[in-house]
This record gives sequence, C-alpha cells and structure tokens, in this order.
Amino acid sequence: MIELERVAYTYGGAELFADLSMTLAPGSFHFLTGPSGVGKTTLLKMCYGELIATSGMVRIFGQNSREMDRDQIALARRRIGVVHQDCQFQDHLPMAENVALPLTVCGRQEEADEYLSDLLAWVGLSDQAGQLPPQLSGGERQRAALARAVIMSPEVVIADEPTGNIDWEMSQRLLTLLVELNKMGKTVLVATHDLNLIRAAKTQVSARVLRLRGGQLQAAGAEL
Amino acid sequence: MSDWTSVLVGDPRADRMVPKTGFTVQLTVFSAAAMAFLAVFALALSLATERLADRWSAELARTSTLRISAPQDQIAAQTEAALRVLQTTPGVGSARALSDEEQIALLEPWFGPDLPVASLPIPRLIEIVETGDGFDATGLRARLQAEVPGAVLDDHTRWRAPLVAAADRLRSLGYISLALIGGATAAMITLAAQAALSANAQVIRVMRLVGATDAFIAGAFVRRFTLRAFAGAAFGAISGAAGIFFLPEADVAGGFLTGLGFEGLHWLWPLAIPPLAGFVAYVATRAAAFRRLREQS
Repeated sequence: MIELERVAYTYGGAELFADLSMTLAPGSFHFLTGPSGVGKTTLLKMCYGELIATSGMVRIFGQNSREMDRDQIALARRRIGVVHQDCQFQDHLPMAENVALPLTVCGRQEEADEYLSDLLAWVGLSDQAGQLPPQLSGGERQRAALARAVIMSPEVVIADEPTGNIDWEMSQRLLTLLVELNKMGKTVLVATHDLNLIRAAKTQVSARVLRLRGGQLQAAGAEL
Repeated sequence: MSDWTSVLVGDPRADRMVPKTGFTVQLTVFSAAAMAFLAVFALALSLATERLADRWSAELARTSTLRISAPQDQIAAQTEAALRVLQTTPGVGSARALSDEEQIALLEPWFGPDLPVASLPIPRLIEIVETGDGFDATGLRARLQAEVPGAVLDDHTRWRAPLVAAADRLRSLGYISLALIGGATAAMITLAAQAALSANAQVIRVMRLVGATDAFIAGAFVRRFTLRAFAGAAFGAISGAAGIFFLPEADVAGGFLTGLGFEGLHWLWPLAIPPLAGFVAYVATRAAAFRRLREQS
C-alpha cells in the first residue's frame, strides 16, 4: 500500500530523520509513537503525498511520490483517509457538508445523501449534522474528522494524534472506531504519544508499534 | 461536463466550498460594470466615425462644386456657359446651378435668415455629380479658364482627404480604447481573483487534502468570477446603451457629436460586451488560479 524506503527529510538545513524504512501492508494496524517534534507528522505527510522526501523513495499505491503530478497525488488522496491533528475543516460549512467534502470534490455528492446519515450515526454525531465546526467540542470534531476520512471508503486510514485534545473516554470511543475500520480490512496508521491508548488498542487488535526517536524508526518492544 | 458547461450550470454544493468574500465581489462587479459602460461609448465612437468616414469618402468623392465669381451682370451668362461646358465634359453625370433659396440655406447658419442675397455680390454655385469614372479635373479647369474666366472648380480633394484620415484615426482610437478596456478589465479581475485565492488559502488547502484536483479548485473560483463579471458587464452595457439611446436627436446641422450612437443592427453590438467580459474573466481567473495553486504546492 504505502512503502518508505531509506527515506530522509531535511527541514531548514537540519536533518529530521534519515535512512528510514517502513511498509504498511494491506489490513495492517500500525501505531507511530515518539516524543513531540520528532517528525511523526512529517512522516505521515509523506505517506499521503503532502511532503516529498529529501532522499529515498516513498511509494504510494506503487507509485513513486516524487514522480507523481499534482492530479495523481489528488487521486491517491481519495484512497487515503486522513484524520488531521487540527481536523482541517471548512469553518463556513456545516459539519455534515464537511464530512461529505471528499465526495463533493470528486463529483460524487449523490453518494453523500446515501451514506451520510449512517456514517454520522456510526460516529455518534447525528444531532450535530447542521452545526458549524467551531460549535463542536474537541471530541466531536475528531469524530467528524474520522467520518470524513472514511466516507470515501479508503484503503488506508491515517490519523495524526487523533486523541490529542480529548478525554480518555472519548479516546477509547475513537479507538474503537479505528479498530472497527481495521476489522473491515482497512490499513490503519495512527501517530500518537499516548501510550495508554496503544496499550488499550493491543487488547483489541494486533497492532505493530513503531517508535521514532533520534531520526531512527524502531519497533517498540514488550514494554507496550 | 465541459469547462464552459460547468461554468454556466455549476454545482451548488461545490460553489459553497469557497466562502463569499464581500470586497472581491464588489470589486469585480463594479469594475466589470464600469468597463462595460466605457466600452459601449468606445464602440459607439468607433462605429460613428466609421460611418462618418464612409459617408465623407463616398459622398464627397462623387461631387464637386464650381463657383462663378464675376461681376453681377455677367454671372448669369457665365453660369450658362459653365453648364454648357459641363454638359459636354466626359465623366460629369449631372450639373445644376443652386437656386437663391439653396444658397441662402447654405449661408444661413453663418449670417442668419435675413440675409439680403439680392443686394450682395454672392458667387453662383454649380453642383456637379460625377459618373463612376469621374472627370479629368485638370482638363476641365483648362477649358473653364478659356470659356468661363470667373469659374473656380473645387473637387473637394483638398479638404476631403484630411477629414477622412481624421475619421479613420478616430475609429482606430476607438478600437484601441476597446482593447485597453479589455486589458484593464482582465488586470482588475486577475487582482480580485488573486486576492480571493490568498484570502481562501486555508480553504484551498483543505480541498487539496481531501483529494480535490487543481481543475476542481480553480473551477470554484472561475465560475464565481465569470458570473460576477458577466452580471456587472450586463448592467454596465445596458446603462451605456441607455445613455447613447437618450442622446439628443441628430439633425442636419447637428454636427458629429449628435451623430454619436448606433444605427440599425449596430445596436446589437453592446449585447456582445457581457459575454466578452465573462470570457475575459474566465481566462484571467483560470490563469491566476492555476498559477497560485502551483505556487502553493
């Protein structure tokens, strides 16, 4: 699905990481953890083509991201649902229209009418459909972001600190949704520094934990 | 759906993705309206001068004037002699002496209606209408010099040429004005579009993150600016055409300014301005949007 091969990324003259390799196989569940500022978000952005590696190769659905044109990246993003750390909503649109945004941009709005109510019920936001994003709580925004990430039925779901601004109960609820997606065959990659969330997930799903530290990616051990 | 169809038909949900920003709406509509208003006048000027140049070329090229300046007791005889010469001159279709009433009418604008023609030594004028090939002015002057000493032939060449040249120049200026108006419209709409694109950088970023192509994102802006420019230009063109329509009526002595306007099918030309403004906006916004999207990547 997505492969990183000896990837390096330099920002402002400083090397964030180097010689980093990772493969997201179909149906796998990965956690990416590590201290703040270590480059987790940068790594995720490479996985959906928002950033291009300084060296090495990132393959997104078999295509070298460096050689993909803007339209090819846009088409690849329709196959990857992303829950951004700051949600990235259009604040002037009601939540339901934000959730349906991926369908709208690819001209499949009629499908939104078909799936939207079920999807909003799945994330528990049926009553908030008409509210604007600034009117939603942190947990509601994260669940709405997850609903938007999966509305196109993507092959890969990437979540960047999805539980960063919400309480433990809401984190558990969000984790359950991600696990359900994985059980439906989706490949899931979650960046988090919340070790309790990882421990909770390991009781529900077979997840691989990768730790990014000192510019290197390591498989986390039994301490998790 | 083709680009043009999508501009005309649109998609309400796609349109809603870009929030309406007040100042770019007003700037685009106002500049399109103002430019269309000016374009109507530039068009009217071009068409009026074109008509004037054609009329002067056609009418003056076919007529000449013979002036008989002689003592009062010889004028009638020399007029008769001149008419006889003209009747036998190849290339002269017809020739006739103007009546006293016609001469008074010619002098009236300068001297008023109470001109005592009979008591003034006014020369007699003979109007000559040429055939298609025209006559040999040099040969005719030589014959008149011999047979009608008081005759002076004016074939209008001396003052017709600069008038026609001036009308042609005015017409060119009118068309240059139209081109400049089109260019200025494109520049203003480009600035407004760039302002809208900058103001909506985050909206564009979100659209890209969820898989929107450049064509889709640009389309949301292009449709909006094209329709705004069309609406503004329609208002401006209608106002301009109304202004031309209500200009004072032209009369024989009205001169050039009262002849400024449209005649017959030329009234259809202002209808072309709104679609043209829409097209200019479409091209300008599309170019600005794609350029900005490439820069933002």
